[in-house]
Amino acid sequence: MGIKVILDKCTGCKLCLKSCPYNAISISEKKAVIGSSCTLCGFCVEACKLEAIVIEKEEAKAADIADYSGVWVFAEQRWGRIAPVVYELLGEGRKLADALETRLSAALLGENVKEKASDLITHGADEVYLVESKFLESYLDDAYSRVIVDMVREHKPSILLMGATAIGRSLAPKVAAMLETGLTADCTALEIDTEKKLLLQTRPAFGGNIMATIICPNRRPQIATVRPRVMKRASRNEKKRGEIIEKKMKPEDLSSRTRVLDFVEDLTEKVKLEEADIIVSGGRGLGGPENFKLVEELADVLEAAVGASRATVDAGWIPYSHQVGQTGKTVCPKLYIACGISGAIQHLAGMQTSDVIVAVNKDPEAPIFQVATYGIVGDLFEVIPALTAKFKEMLGG
Amino acid sequence: MEIIVCIKQVPGTTEVKIDPATNTLIREGVESIINPFDTYALEEGLRMKERWGGKVTTITMGPPQAEKALREAIAMGIDEGVLLSDRAFAGADTLATSYALFRAIEKIGSYDLIICGKQTMDGDTGQVGPELAERLGTPFVTYVKKVEEVNDGHIKVERMIEDGYEVVEMPLPGLITVVKEINEPRLPSLRGMMKAKSAEITIWTASDLGVDTSKVGLAGSPTQVVRIFAPERSRKSEILQGDVSSQVDQLVKKLREAKIV
Repeated sequence: MGIKVILDKCTGCKLCLKSCPYNAISISEKKAVIGSSCTLCGFCVEACKLEAIVIEKEEAKAADIADYSGVWVFAEQRWGRIAPVVYELLGEGRKLADALETRLSAALLGENVKEKASDLITHGADEVYLVESKFLESYLDDAYSRVIVDMVREHKPSILLMGATAIGRSLAPKVAAMLETGLTADCTALEIDTEKKLLLQTRPAFGGNIMATIICPNRRPQIATVRPRVMKRASRNEKKRGEIIEKKMKPEDLSSRTRVLDFVEDLTEKVKLEEADIIVSGGRGLGGPENFKLVEELADVLEAAVGASRATVDAGWIPYSHQVGQTGKTVCPKLYIACGISGAIQHLAGMQTSDVIVAVNKDPEAPIFQVATYGIVGDLFEVIPALTAKFKEMLGG
Repeated sequence: MEIIVCIKQVPGTTEVKIDPATNTLIREGVESIINPFDTYALEEGLRMKERWGGKVTTITMGPPQAEKALREAIAMGIDEGVLLSDRAFAGADTLATSYALFRAIEKIGSYDLIICGKQTMDGDTGQVGPELAERLGTPFVTYVKKVEEVNDGHIKVERMIEDGYEVVEMPLPGLITVVKEINEPRLPSLRGMMKAKSAEITIWTASDLGVDTSKVGLAGSPTQVVRIFAPERSRKSEILQGDVSSQVDQLVKKLREAKIV
């Protein structure tokens, strides 16, 4: 158990030294020495050209994983509206289920949501497990996790997918801890290793600068939360048939310790950042809070959401809910227009997976241009109004 | 109130890149810092203590050097620091991390509230908080942007969600994870820094916690990283030339051709 340098192979080339995010490696007598700050992250193993560093792990005895099969999607809903990410999970889940030659199921929890079950079937589910109760009307960690864990224990799915939303990222870790299984957060790619029948879960780490592929070989189910707007949405097939399996839970099993007393909608966001096809974002280049109206006008014409850099939020120009980046929201719209944003690495981490990025900045050296599909080096006070006018003319607004 | 804040020491930047020519990782030499989200957790703990009295303990798991993060927390005003450090803890995924923290908190004994940052800057998972709460058998609320009040054994908080916020009430003891909006972390005071210098840090190993080593560290982690690679950067960049009206025309034409607008 642990990490080892194979001295015969190590040439002291220092590639591992440079790769270590934790400064844990030193070179002594032309050999790598791994110090106590090592976290076994594995970066050096990847970096070493000579396969001179190995991490050994005793293989835990595979639990009764053979009993588990099927791909499940948690059909998140609020006020009877299925979250958009669920259709993406169904699209991706279908592919995984086909690769494993197994069934795709959806778990739908709520109050008066039965009519949505057929919608999940026409989007690819072979069956829908439906649990209705007034105690499930709005999402609560305790009640929802108990239902999911109960169903997992009964039906033993091999894979369980949830959206990486505020709900999914609370529910998934609670469920994973209850089942003592592995969980991978915020995946952007899923694939099946058909030989080993394992789910290959790929996700960004270190603010999107590194991608890591993660497996959960010895526990089931393999649980992943999936970043919204990355996977392709399932297409609708009216002819698709499936089964709706209703399950009753005792009310006493649906009690929750937390209570939601109120919901306050954020009215400064006309279009939600996470769901927007187009985002127009403003940065320090705007010069002051009053100039956010340039960004808002362009956003209005495009029916886009308004984003912001951390600097503008910290300066109090716009509320935090608009912040895109590492300490704000992660977005991946079809089009991201960055106005006066220099492109600090923390900002790029939140938007660099957007399909098309347009950057408007007066500094040609600004790092935002390195990730931009189209760059305009110029004065945003001229460019943005001109762009707004042009789109208005084109879209007939 | 007895408050426990869980923190993590992380590399001071996420700027790790892969050299495309050699496919090796390049890291700028940087110092380790307290995970930025955890500084909001520390600040909130201190504010709650100032308002309702009590004590704030901070706990971290990491190599011996992580002691520095605890001293920084003490410099901010935290009363006590506990470091979980043992080779057996290394390589832990979130489930194994939550187990070690759970056993340490059991050893500490009583608490009213545990505060964690919403996620770490290196792992970005946000899973340890809820997993820890589940192991402790306490309720939790994620993405807290405001603590409204603590009253009669309950805490009332505002929880940030996609389109607004919820007001949630939770009985104590419980756990919250906090977002950046909750506060502005204080800087360490001179007195705090003096205190931090001489403060005694409690260090617990796996055997101090009496843990089954198959449940911590790499051995206790159900997930494994099988591959690390640079994200694809297939994007071609094009700087549009000409005057403003020509640049705008070109851009609109391109976006139209791509059927984006």
